[in-house]
Amino acid sequence: MKILHKNLFKKIYKIRKIETKISDLYNEQEMRCPVHLSIGQEAIAVGVCQALRKEDKVLSSHRSHAHYIAKGGNIRSMIAELYGKETGCAKGLGGSMHLQDKKAGVVAAVPIVGSTIAIGVGVALKATSNINRKKFITVIFFGEGATEEGIFHESINFAVVNNLPVLFVCENNLFSVYTPLKDRQSNKRNIINIVKNNGMPAFSADGNDVTKVYALAKKSINLIRKYNRPVFLEFKTYRWLEHCGPNWDDDLGYRKKSELNRWIKKCPLKKIEKKLTKNNLTTIKNKIDDEVADAFNFAKKSNFPKKSFLKKFY
Amino acid sequence: MPQIKYFQAIKEAQTQLMYKDKRVMIMGLGVNDPKGIFGTTKNLNKIFGNKRILETPTSENAVTGIAIGAAIQGLRPILTHQRVEFSLLSIEQIINQAAKWYFMSGGESNTPIVIRLIIGKGWGQGPQHSQSLETLFSHIPGLKVVSPSNAYDAKGLLVSAVKDNGPVIFFEHRWLHNIYGEVPKKLYSIPIGKAKVVQNGKDITIVSFSEALIQVLRLKKILSGCGISAEIIDLRSLRPLDKSSIFRSVKKTKKILVVDNGWKSYGISAEIVSLVSEKLLSILKEKPIRLGIREIPIPSTRALAKNCYLNSESILKAVSKLTKVKIKNKIKKKYLNQLLLKETDIPYKDFQGPF
Repeated sequence: MKILHKNLFKKIYKIRKIETKISDLYNEQEMRCPVHLSIGQEAIAVGVCQALRKEDKVLSSHRSHAHYIAKGGNIRSMIAELYGKETGCAKGLGGSMHLQDKKAGVVAAVPIVGSTIAIGVGVALKATSNINRKKFITVIFFGEGATEEGIFHESINFAVVNNLPVLFVCENNLFSVYTPLKDRQSNKRNIINIVKNNGMPAFSADGNDVTKVYALAKKSINLIRKYNRPVFLEFKTYRWLEHCGPNWDDDLGYRKKSELNRWIKKCPLKKIEKKLTKNNLTTIKNKIDDEVADAFNFAKKSNFPKKSFLKKFY
Repeated sequence: MPQIKYFQAIKEAQTQLMYKDKRVMIMGLGVNDPKGIFGTTKNLNKIFGNKRILETPTSENAVTGIAIGAAIQGLRPILTHQRVEFSLLSIEQIINQAAKWYFMSGGESNTPIVIRLIIGKGWGQGPQHSQSLETLFSHIPGLKVVSPSNAYDAKGLLVSAVKDNGPVIFFEHRWLHNIYGEVPKKLYSIPIGKAKVVQNGKDITIVSFSEALIQVLRLKKILSGCGISAEIIDLRSLRPLDKSSIFRSVKKTKKILVVDNGWKSYGISAEIVSLVSEKLLSILKEKPIRLGIREIPIPSTRALAKNCYLNSESILKAVSKLTKVKIKNKIKKKYLNQLLLKETDIPYKDFQGPF
């Protein structure tokens, strides 16, 4: 248990550290791409990825930093991508919204909401094809806004009909950009029922408690591996900073300060840290701090891609 | 060489590719139904099983994303829509994802998918079953677009499309499906991006593709009968476009007519005339002419549809204008009468619909 908690802590801490550093350094105007930070939402990425194997695959959307880091994506290439450098994970062609690390099983992230849900189902199709059959699970992370897209419904139906080993993970942070749930969905809508009525098991849990996320993810992944069928999970959580960018945005007035404060009290990092009070975490923290500092140094020192690189395409 | 129909050539290419390469799969709505996409996939599941010939839900957008996902993992899906218009439900996946995947991955990840789109015509197809949207796809860097006009090219280009490591949009035309052509039994490929000079000539260059080209070819005897030596180019590929074949021909004839399959504005013919104007304006002896279909949706009723499509008269008129050779009425009547069908909304006499 201790080891598990420590591992969960390490990952959440690492994500928080990186996201905070991006936020701090963004005003230097060297990371010139839109960033959608995951601060406050780390527990879902970490809890789910902790239950995965290396060969399992994940896909994400615009807010992908946490998923990438939690799955073990190379953080030097991640930060270099944000700086637009040739050492970036997409060689500077993608930016923050196109994080990927094949070796770590991070297949792709794209910013068109819902788009990777279908692509992830296609990735899973390979896991069940008869060619070079390698067993793996595909996890698709998306926000609750994506469940308003047609492609979500098309994809869960397809995954059920074809018995595909997919874990659908919905991070419900209550807002699509600045538009609240009540303006987008009927209050009678129940995503768990929608998914269940498509023939897929669906569960939900507190998305800010990483141990609960892990437990549910573990249970679901066992189901998927055993029965080769998809499962859907929904976790409620909350984005602390602005939708896109490094700052707090409470001056905009689209959400109540009291609501934000309530969620900050449910900080995923503090929650897991509390379970480890008897441990001295300083060494762990220092090690991660160094690793993060190194990634930023690496990115800053790296070169921009050469003009001739574009000749590779088209 | 065996004579087979265009649709059989497509089926033959798919069958041979699937025997040869276990990564190739077919997916789409209707691929396993009793009609099997106008015969092109009929009964293939009995050979290759329902996993490789995958029937899909009515979910074009997701299914395209699924094909992309499978492709980036190493499969080679051929996705089929029974009409071009259904692919519009998946345009986000095609333009944002498939076309850009190789680029977005820094050149690390391929998306070998083929999307077969079938253009409808006649028998009252109406506004949403008759569109020639080649331009829409040809505009996008990262997509390849082919549009074979005959059985031989259809087989060879489909083989190249499946072997290609990027997404290829494969346009078929419903009125080409039943045209016979000589097709070698063996598996062969035709390179994407190469046009074909289907008739050599020196007086005028006529560039066309797909079903429009068939309409040009029907006039061959009239043109030669009037002493016009026309060089006819079948583009075959629309992106990449074989510019050099067009330039080489125009340098010789110094006149160009482009007969488009679809609307002229912002279209394939607009692109070709622009390229020729940019490169060879000073040697052109006449202003270029392009012909296309009328710039409105195609009506269902045959009484009006015939007024929207290309016709032999307008093609002959354009050739005459460019070459300054009068089309002799006697010759025109002799050969046109052989071609004319009583009804204008069918490709051949025994066509009985419904689509």
